Amino acid sequence: MVQYSSRLDASFAALSDATRRGVLEQLWREDASITALAERFHMTLTGMKKHVGVLEQAGLVTTEKVGRVRTCRLGLRGLDEEWAWIERYRRVWDERFDELDKVVADLKLKEQSNGRKK
Amino acid sequence: MVERSEPASAKNPTTVQRTDREVIVTRTFDAPARIVFEAWTRPELFKRWWVPKSIGLALLSLEQDVRVGGGYRLVFDLGDSKTMAFFGKYVEVTPPSRLAWTNEESEDGTVTTVTFEEKDGRTHLTLTEAYPTREALDRNIGSAEGLPEQFEQLDALLATLG
Repeated sequence: MVQYSSRLDASFAALSDATRRGVLEQLWREDASITALAERFHMTLTGMKKHVGVLEQAGLVTTEKVGRVRTCRLGLRGLDEEWAWIERYRRVWDERFDELDKVVADLKLKEQSNGRKK
Repeated sequence: MVERSEPASAKNPTTVQRTDREVIVTRTFDAPARIVFEAWTRPELFKRWWVPKSIGLALLSLEQDVRVGGGYRLVFDLGDSKTMAFFGKYVEVTPPSRLAWTNEESEDGTVTTVTFEEKDGRTHLTLTEAYPTREALDRNIGSAEGLPEQFEQLDALLATLG
């Protein structure tokens, strides 16, 4: 119970700020880098990092660093069970369709080169 | 109704929404419908994209007899010499615009329908997974509750495999 209420406190604190609510709304639409978020909300990189840090602490956002870019996405912990399931399901299809894009591009190329030979 | 999309800048977004007893996935592909349809119906192409790499499951075998009444069967390696099979029958095959199959490994008996709509050389794909009842879909969604995150991810994958 104590743990639960301290998590709630963290969530409420995270949501008490208009910028952070805006960031969540933005991440609901699409994943974004900290740089992109800073630009979008007219803030310094350092300022945005702090906001994202608060959201991350509350489990509302997760971040992953690939190369030099840190990408933020909505944290599954912050979603209710059904939304979390749908988001996981969407990520599976999204990964699958990225591969399908490659197969389709190959087939298109083949078709074009066959067309040229004729 | 819950809807989630990811309009990333470079690639086409994948959206998922839930209705009463369906889960609907949409995505656009930059190719004519006959090409996208081919990638769904030729085993050597299908196996190149169907299994997400992040899951680390290996596809042991794949059979696809793509005609009405024809069967399919996918067998996955779960490690420790355990396997898992997904199977069913094609109930609609209309190249290059429509494909539907049953999922007979699950007790729910879902039916998956894929439509391919071509416009200006691009294909808008809609995949609908229909459950017999709202309760059956609710149950499936609820089944990941309380599992560690990697199993939750697997659970979501299993819901899409057959």
